[in-house]
Amino acid sequence: MSISEMTALELGRRIRSGDVTVLEAVQEALDQIKKKEPDIHAYVTVDEEGALKRAAKVQAMIERGDLKGPLAGVPAAVKDNLCTKDLLTTCGSNILYNFVPTYTAEAVQNLEKAGAVILGKTNMDEFAMGSTTETSAFGVTKNPWNTDHVPGGSSGGSCAAVAAGECFYALGSDTGGSIRQPSSFCGVTGIKPTYGTVSRYGLIAYGSSLDQVGPVAKDVSDCAAVLETIASYDKKDSTSIPRKDLDFTGALVDDVKGMKIGIPRDYFGEGLDGQVREAVMRAAGILKDRGAVVEEFDLSLVEYAIPAYYVIASAEASSNLSRFDGVKYGLRAKEYEGLHQMYKKSRSEGFGPEVKRRIMLGSFVLSSGYYDAYYLKALRTKALIKQAFDKAFADYDVILGPAAPTTAPKLGESLKDPLKMYLGDIYTVSVNLAGLPAMTVPCGQDQAGLPIGLQLIGDCFQEKKIIRAAYTFEQTFTRREER
Amino acid sequence: MSRQYETVIGLEVHVELATKTKIFCGCSTEFGGEPNTHTCPVCTGMPGSLPVLNRQVVEYALAVGLAANCQINQYCKFDRKNYFYPDNPQNYQISQLYLPICHDGWVEIDTASGKKKIGIHEIHMEEDAGKLIHDEWEDCSLVDYNRSGVPLIEIVSEPDMRNADEVMAYLEKLRLMIQYLGASDCKLQEGSMRADVNLSVREAGTSRLGTRTEMKNLNSFKAIARAIEGERARQIELLEDGKKVIQETRRWDDNKESSYAMRSKEDAQDYRYFPDPDLLPVVISDQWIQEIKSRQPEMQPEKMARYQKEFQIPEYDAGILTSTIHMARLFEKTTALCGKPKEVSNWLMVETMRLLKEHEQTPEDLSFSPENLARLIALVDEGAINRTVAKTVFEQIFAQDVDPEKYVEEKGLGMVSDQGALRKAVEDVIAANPQSVEDYRKGKEKAMGYLVGQTMRAMKGKADPGMVNKIVKELLTK
Repeated sequence: MSISEMTALELGRRIRSGDVTVLEAVQEALDQIKKKEPDIHAYVTVDEEGALKRAAKVQAMIERGDLKGPLAGVPAAVKDNLCTKDLLTTCGSNILYNFVPTYTAEAVQNLEKAGAVILGKTNMDEFAMGSTTETSAFGVTKNPWNTDHVPGGSSGGSCAAVAAGECFYALGSDTGGSIRQPSSFCGVTGIKPTYGTVSRYGLIAYGSSLDQVGPVAKDVSDCAAVLETIASYDKKDSTSIPRKDLDFTGALVDDVKGMKIGIPRDYFGEGLDGQVREAVMRAAGILKDRGAVVEEFDLSLVEYAIPAYYVIASAEASSNLSRFDGVKYGLRAKEYEGLHQMYKKSRSEGFGPEVKRRIMLGSFVLSSGYYDAYYLKALRTKALIKQAFDKAFADYDVILGPAAPTTAPKLGESLKDPLKMYLGDIYTVSVNLAGLPAMTVPCGQDQAGLPIGLQLIGDCFQEKKIIRAAYTFEQTFTRREER
Repeated sequence: MSRQYETVIGLEVHVELATKTKIFCGCSTEFGGEPNTHTCPVCTGMPGSLPVLNRQVVEYALAVGLAANCQINQYCKFDRKNYFYPDNPQNYQISQLYLPICHDGWVEIDTASGKKKIGIHEIHMEEDAGKLIHDEWEDCSLVDYNRSGVPLIEIVSEPDMRNADEVMAYLEKLRLMIQYLGASDCKLQEGSMRADVNLSVREAGTSRLGTRTEMKNLNSFKAIARAIEGERARQIELLEDGKKVIQETRRWDDNKESSYAMRSKEDAQDYRYFPDPDLLPVVISDQWIQEIKSRQPEMQPEKMARYQKEFQIPEYDAGILTSTIHMARLFEKTTALCGKPKEVSNWLMVETMRLLKEHEQTPEDLSFSPENLARLIALVDEGAINRTVAKTVFEQIFAQDVDPEKYVEEKGLGMVSDQGALRKAVEDVIAANPQSVEDYRKGKEKAMGYLVGQTMRAMKGKADPGMVNKIVKELLTK
């Protein structure tokens, strides 16, 4: 097995046993990056020099016995909306084209403490707004399975990098599906944890009440290990929740006997691609074969999730993004007269069309006279959606469905019709509105050879249940494929 | 003027809280410091940074709210007020709109016509902005975020005041109350207390409120009084001319004693308030409220009454002694040390007030220790120094907090009560002033006073005046 084919945990074991040095692992990843980047463009910034320096340091710490964790020495990539001290952090936006943070995000710090080597920063839709990674100001990322297709978004760079072997795992962020949908399109595994599990400190905010950082990896085990590493209670994030059940790798159990799995009928209606439906239902069948109790049920309110999500996320974004004004950091227009024009020109030049669209939408729904009709109503809808899930989780351990209605669309197709693009988030956004954990696991391919993802949703703080279901599915599915 | 008008005034008072650290980060709130040295990613609005509420801010807001007889919102929230300005690094201010921490309270003030309750509409917590420095020379503007994130409470009154005197009494009441609670030093000049005045006029006897204006940039009690008079006159003149008052925000120019419109209601900004998703709702338990209540200190009216009763201090004096917490503390500590409340009161009421006036200072500036004043009082009491010398020593205590015993010893100011030395001095004075001796013997009593004065002068004020008197009389009648 070549190094680049190894999973993160396998590589970690080889590094600890001395079979592979950290430098060899980093060099291998950098070689893959050099080979694949011209086609894929998963990274905004590759920190070759920093990664090589860090490799030597980490190697020494492992040899001294200071680093013993399963991910020590394993090279990783970080989405470009997570602040990294002294390393360019653009958020995929021209307005932060030159922004070098003065501090490192808590999730990244947790990785570094575990001995991760950061290879660079991955491409993303500008400010995580988009489902294709095409709204980045620094070029389009392509799907490693077929470069005529998008990798999904907004964590498209992270997912493509993992799929292409340009890193061993990556961090993404998920506000409305930004980890799960591109994981599905790129055939990798990703988790969006319960809101409050991973600190948001240093994550450049899009929709603060919905944003969560999470792992993107080659398989369920890697995903659980990375989540275990980045999850922490952080006093710097008021929405962080102290939890004592963060030993997610303990849930890697190949058994779902008696587990109750619900399939929402509402997720299999109009708009769902036939091949995706088939693959997901097959996956449900596999879990049933392994002893799970699988039932269909009506979740309700599914059609209200997208409007509620776009109102809330855009409202928060319109305020979160107001700090990008050319005064303190980032882009400032070259020519302007007076303060007002400086703001206007810097923001006009700095933000792309999708970001502007959402800022305008968000400003509108918060404006006097419309606040009750849109923003408050969306908050009420959010509460009702949470109630619908609460009801479902009274009956089921895990909810199973597709991660996206289709496989990865072709480049250039989605942005022409933003409304249609928004509708593609139908299976993912309600999870963020309800603050739930959910993950995507590959469950097959369509006839064109593009990956299909299975989404498993758990109740708040029940990551272990979805990890167990995902692991059992993955193990069984892999054994069947190999036969 | 044919018609009679009534003025209706409501106040919005901002008070900077006395916390050591900022409202949403651990940076120091200390005044001064090189620009942007008391800052971090949070208070400079760095991408990805998040606010964490300082518990002490809630405690101070609660203490003020309870002292002002307010209802407490035991489930309160922070909202974002969105507007663009460079002194505000996030381009939104974290404040409270929908669920402020305190509401519906009142404070009682003394007016010309007796006691009056002024309603408190609400008290909310918020963050202060940074400071813009416009460099005319370089033609640029610079921002200092040291003040960004300093905690404030805004106290919004009901429109219950009718003239400048009531406004002054209300402000004075708030200042005293908040100072006593230790929640702020409330210095108008330094901006730790700021007031915006909402004012309208209406024909006397009517109950409908007139159109109001909001006056900003009021930096002293005097400016507030002048602004109220100016705005009242301006509005009445408009109405008398058959014109309308426009609802607008005006800026007071105290040098010109006039105001100009900043913005009208029509072009008022839409702040697009919404609950800040980065902060959790603040849940205030009954127990927490009880804790704050049990910690509330003795307030000024109670203290003043106690001074009169416990120490037999006259009402007027007790009022002055309790007019700042600094003075009251000094009084109580010194009294505890020397057990002579009247003496202490005297020093504070007369000499201290005189010196403060002379140095253009306020009681908040007092820096001498109660120990040194107590020692000074003891020295006089023991007869170690006389009153004239004591005043000189007190000036040194006031200025540099000197130890009076050491000072007296070093400067040789101890009272001379050595019979021989005094007799010699008096003999010298009598010998040098035969005319006065003559006058005295002719019945001019005043001449004796002159001779005593001359002796005291010759002794550089250190002589025991009682003994000098005795000796002069003895030698003259010999």
